Amino acid sequence: MNVIFILWLREVKKYKRSRVQIVASLGAPLMYLGVLGFGHGPVFQRAGQGSYLQFMAPGVIGMTVLFTAMFSGFAMLLDRQFGFLKETLVAPVPRLAIMIGRTLGGATVAVLQGTLIFVATLIAGFRPVSLLAVPLAFLVIALIAVVFAALATAIGSTLKEMQGFQMVMNFLVMPIFFLSGALYPLLGLPRVLAALTRLDPLTYGVDGMRGLLIGNAHFGVAFDVAVLLGVGVLFVAAGAWRFSKIEA
Amino acid sequence: MSDRPIIRVQHIVKSFGNVMAVNDVSFDVRPGEIFAFLGPNGAGKTTTIKMLTTLLRPTTGSLELDGLDPTTHQTEVRKRFGVVFQDPSLDSDLTAWENMDIHGVLYHVPRHARRERGEVLLRMFELWERRDGLVKTFSGGMKRRLEIARGLLHTPKVLFLDEPTLGLDPQSRNQMWTHVRGLRATEGVTVFLTTHYMDEADRVADRIAVIDHGRLVATGSSAELKTQTGADSLEAAFLALTGTTIRDESATAADQMRQVARVWRR
Repeated sequence: MNVIFILWLREVKKYKRSRVQIVASLGAPLMYLGVLGFGHGPVFQRAGQGSYLQFMAPGVIGMTVLFTAMFSGFAMLLDRQFGFLKETLVAPVPRLAIMIGRTLGGATVAVLQGTLIFVATLIAGFRPVSLLAVPLAFLVIALIAVVFAALATAIGSTLKEMQGFQMVMNFLVMPIFFLSGALYPLLGLPRVLAALTRLDPLTYGVDGMRGLLIGNAHFGVAFDVAVLLGVGVLFVAAGAWRFSKIEA
Repeated sequence: MSDRPIIRVQHIVKSFGNVMAVNDVSFDVRPGEIFAFLGPNGAGKTTTIKMLTTLLRPTTGSLELDGLDPTTHQTEVRKRFGVVFQDPSLDSDLTAWENMDIHGVLYHVPRHARRERGEVLLRMFELWERRDGLVKTFSGGMKRRLEIARGLLHTPKVLFLDEPTLGLDPQSRNQMWTHVRGLRATEGVTVFLTTHYMDEADRVADRIAVIDHGRLVATGSSAELKTQTGADSLEAAFLALTGTTIRDESATAADQMRQVARVWRR
């Protein structure tokens, strides 16, 4: 327990100290929010869908959580060979404890970043329909964070080269973001696209947040949470398995 | 202290695909001695350390550390050694003290002992005044000293140092070895180190094993190796044992990342 706690604490401490990184990583989501949110607003409105900002705010929060959580896998790749991770790999503690501490730390950082963006959306004019639902929305945010931090751990444990991470960014992280319905409604999509969005775990995260925050869920919040829990268990298991196979 | 060797390596072989990284190597290390593993790049030094520190399993052969097999008693063996890897393994975004403290938690060192022994070690390695400084602000020599101090926090019986002076200036190297020799007097710890600097092995090691192409070519004190080869310096003895051909290794993924990591750290 101590081991899990101290490794979690380490990630959080590092996050607090990296002011530059915090600001830099807020850039992209804020741009999406500002440029797309206000840029697409009039078209969205004319299509009879209401406020685009209301609609996409949960999507941008989901995007932030996804990117931050996945970045922890990239950090791990370097950490494994040239950093602290190696020290933990020869310590007389179970690998599982190390993996859980790290993954929870990465997930916590992703939730903190998500919170910052949530506040930014509020400043931009986003208004949740019910304040009571906000804590529940954070539960969904936490689930998204765990799902992708665990996926990042699995990938970070498997990759051997930095170039591999570029591939992961372009062929995994970006598609996860664009297919999640963060930027567009899931209703009436072409069949192939609709099928792909259903395979994307982030879809259920964004949908769950929308259900709670703007009262407009495609699948229903209970179903979204169930999917996230299932995928979460699967990815944590995969992460633990890959992590146990690391040969330093 | 008993006569039982603290490290016993018998006929270990480690192959990666069809490459024999370590090929039938056997040696003993006595408790309390400073044992140097000397060899050119790619000779199998790091692979041997990785096997002794439970990070790799030998393909065949047997290993013992303090009477325990690292492949079957992983956790017990891990409690008994400290290790400083060739590549840094400090968290540079944390302070020196935080690095020490996390290590203490990972090795189940009680809180009061972490505090007391942490202070003793940081003072010994002349880092106490900088304990609250972020590691990324430290010089190469300070980082190395911190890694050694950290590796000793849980009072290990054996300290592994893989190329501990690589990339350090002569002053830092000199200081490093003064510290390492001092350790035996104060801690009674067995030191297993690898290096390819002849003068260092000559100065600090009680016994030296020369490894080349995965095979052990000679073992003995510096004087014995010189007598054996009829050379007047350890450097000449080393060249007599391992030949003068330059070793060109092909770069591995780790080498490429090392390059990237260097750029990132700037």
